[in-house]
Amino acid sequence: MEDALLFSRLQFGFTVTFHYLFPQLTMGLALLIVIMKSLAIWKRDAGYDQAARFWAKIFAVNFVMGVITGIPLEFQFGTNWARFSELTGSVIGQTLAMEGMFSFFLESSFLGLFLFGEKRLGPTGHWIAAFLVFLGSWLSGYLIIVTHAWMQHPVGYEILEGGKIVLTDFWALFTNPWATWEYAHTMLGAIVTASFVMTGVGAFYLLRKIHAEQARRFVTLGVIVGSIASILVAFPTGDRQAKNIAQFQPVTFAAMEGLFRTEREAGISLIGQPNMAQRKLDNPILVPGVLSFLTYASFDAEVKGLDAFAEELWPTNIPLLYYSYHIMAGLGTIFIGAMLLALYYVYRKKIFGSRWLLWMLMLLAPFPYVANTAGWFTAEIGRQPWLVYNLIRTESGISPTVSDGNILFTFIGFVGLYFLLGTLFLSLVGREIYKGPGEPDPDKVPGTEVA
Amino acid sequence: MESVWFCILVGMLAIYVILDGFDFGAGIVHLFVARGENDKKIVARSIGPFWDGNEVWLIASGGVLFFAFPVLFASAFSGFYLALIIVVWLFILRGVSLELRNHLGNELWKTLWDFLFGVSSLLLSLFFGVALGNVIRGVNLGGVENHQSMYDAIYFFAPLWNSFRPDDNPGLLDWFTLLMGTVSILTLFIHGANWIILKSEGTLADRLRPLIVKASFVLGVLFLLSVVGAYFVRPTLFDRYFDNPLWLAAPLISAASLFGIPFFVRRREELKAFAASCLFIGGSLITTAIGTFPSLLHSVNTVHSDITIYSAANTEYGLSIGAWWWTIAFVLVCSYFFIQHRIFRGKIAGDESIYEDHG
Repeated sequence: MEDALLFSRLQFGFTVTFHYLFPQLTMGLALLIVIMKSLAIWKRDAGYDQAARFWAKIFAVNFVMGVITGIPLEFQFGTNWARFSELTGSVIGQTLAMEGMFSFFLESSFLGLFLFGEKRLGPTGHWIAAFLVFLGSWLSGYLIIVTHAWMQHPVGYEILEGGKIVLTDFWALFTNPWATWEYAHTMLGAIVTASFVMTGVGAFYLLRKIHAEQARRFVTLGVIVGSIASILVAFPTGDRQAKNIAQFQPVTFAAMEGLFRTEREAGISLIGQPNMAQRKLDNPILVPGVLSFLTYASFDAEVKGLDAFAEELWPTNIPLLYYSYHIMAGLGTIFIGAMLLALYYVYRKKIFGSRWLLWMLMLLAPFPYVANTAGWFTAEIGRQPWLVYNLIRTESGISPTVSDGNILFTFIGFVGLYFLLGTLFLSLVGREIYKGPGEPDPDKVPGTEVA
Repeated sequence: MESVWFCILVGMLAIYVILDGFDFGAGIVHLFVARGENDKKIVARSIGPFWDGNEVWLIASGGVLFFAFPVLFASAFSGFYLALIIVVWLFILRGVSLELRNHLGNELWKTLWDFLFGVSSLLLSLFFGVALGNVIRGVNLGGVENHQSMYDAIYFFAPLWNSFRPDDNPGLLDWFTLLMGTVSILTLFIHGANWIILKSEGTLADRLRPLIVKASFVLGVLFLLSVVGAYFVRPTLFDRYFDNPLWLAAPLISAASLFGIPFFVRRREELKAFAASCLFIGGSLITTAIGTFPSLLHSVNTVHSDITIYSAANTEYGLSIGAWWWTIAFVLVCSYFFIQHRIFRGKIAGDESIYEDHG
């Protein structure tokens, strides 16, 4: 069954990675749309309604992609990870069923109203619809994170005879120390993506000298929200997330930092390639003492390296884990720098004329997707070889009756189908961006114009 | 507590089939009856604001199934591996085609997505019936061959088809489940047509009325055949009805609503006709559930017993906690549903702002 395990992992990894390209924009953009709808009411500026309508079109396509690529994930718990579902369904079934009952209904009901009902609802009603879509998507994120946090750091359970893990304390799931920081960190990552995309689209219009009025709104809002989120995603949330890993999964922490030997005054590696054969980092650039300081607030604190742990407990792909973490952290640092610079130019009211800065902001737009993906890779590869940390190993979770040939067939099918979906998504969103938001006209509400 | 969750699950699945059923039915109408851009837009607009929310009932029912009966979720989803993944692909294609068709004005583009929308709706309607047929017929739990089990008692693997007979090691498709699939296609076609009539005006509705009447008669015949077929593949399904005839209320309501459909359609009582097709779907599913209770997945061999609500359930603690949050959530869901259908009430299929043509 070794191939069955590999194919199931590839299929889940592929489908979940592809899926998360969409919710990160959905969750971030939902917040930005609520902000735009609020500004429209507060400043009595119909231009913000126009802006919200433009982003709602992109939101709609993105949302549908998130929904249809999300369904396969719920199914795969049963189809590919049947043993895992059987053993842990008592716990993770709670939060997954709650997600369906509390957030999916909320999101989808009010998304229909938000997209098709502006005329019927009026400004306040439409604002409420936008807010409830935002609430639903953030609630969904929360329940998924609570589920994921339990797999990283199981709490509130007991193990029955026969290996079944059952829930004994419902509230422990929600007060799991892992969940709180992970949730904040993930949501801020989503806001970073959405604000970079908004800024990037605005910068594109300004560089092309079209839709200038709306473009200024996009860039200003995107830079203000983006700079706040870029900072908060690193400090305190990313920092606290790393401290959680150091405390609850010290071997993962050592692997992602590329720390092979236990050290006092441990340095942080900025660049370097893990050499697994010689158990060292090749070509390292280290800043001495910083890892000790960031983890334990003291430069001479001891940080446990990989040598402190038995090898069968090591994450199974240390180089990939190390790179994922470093790509995320490196990009995060660049985001802070770029956004603070842009914020300064916004403050000095010079940003719309600084073509080099607009070029940079436009080109940066895709990179938060890379950073978010790398962050999830860090979490998932870091947890290996465990499916539920210290309780169920990944190979014990697969479906006992599904053969490798069947899984390879569906994996290939998913790759083909998602290639098609990705192409469609890019061309459709590209078309919307190319057509642009139009210039605002306060007398015009969609549905009232003569066809 | 297990019985309560059995009722909740059956209830949610029935609501799902009633709601998303008209979306699928609309897809079948779209494929076979709708001609020309105007008809197709009417079909799409009549379900536009609703289908996504309706599909959530499936995702939520799946979540509740996972939560309440994790053993059944693990067993059935891995056992019907290929079928379920193909169903997922069809859901994806269907969602994409509905949302994307109006993004380009191009004739070829629309033809492609219309076709995919119709075909995926048709195949999914077939699948619903086939799935119900499999629940009635049962599966080879434990993978038994010559009294030897290949797997643990709760696991099995059903190929897409074997001999097309409901025998010792049945596949997903056999004559009985295909018969159920056909019943499902006809039912959802009628249901979807009723919905479109309710939501639109004009020639499409006029053409649908006589079709519904004809389809109801064919459905009546096939429905009777499927009852006989069910008796043939699983006689014990009828025990509860023989023991206590009071249960017969459910199948009687089902049969009465089936007669009601052509009756109300002819008299142009649209809402009553739609209510009749809702009742028929709900009644038939509940009739099946009464027959199978407390079994969730029937075993066709004698080595392993059925997966029941007792052997598959979450713990008493988990189920009790769940009953609290589920009740709160259900009240909220009903209120969303009410708001949504109140705001998009009436004949909305002529509303240009739903699926605005981007082309």
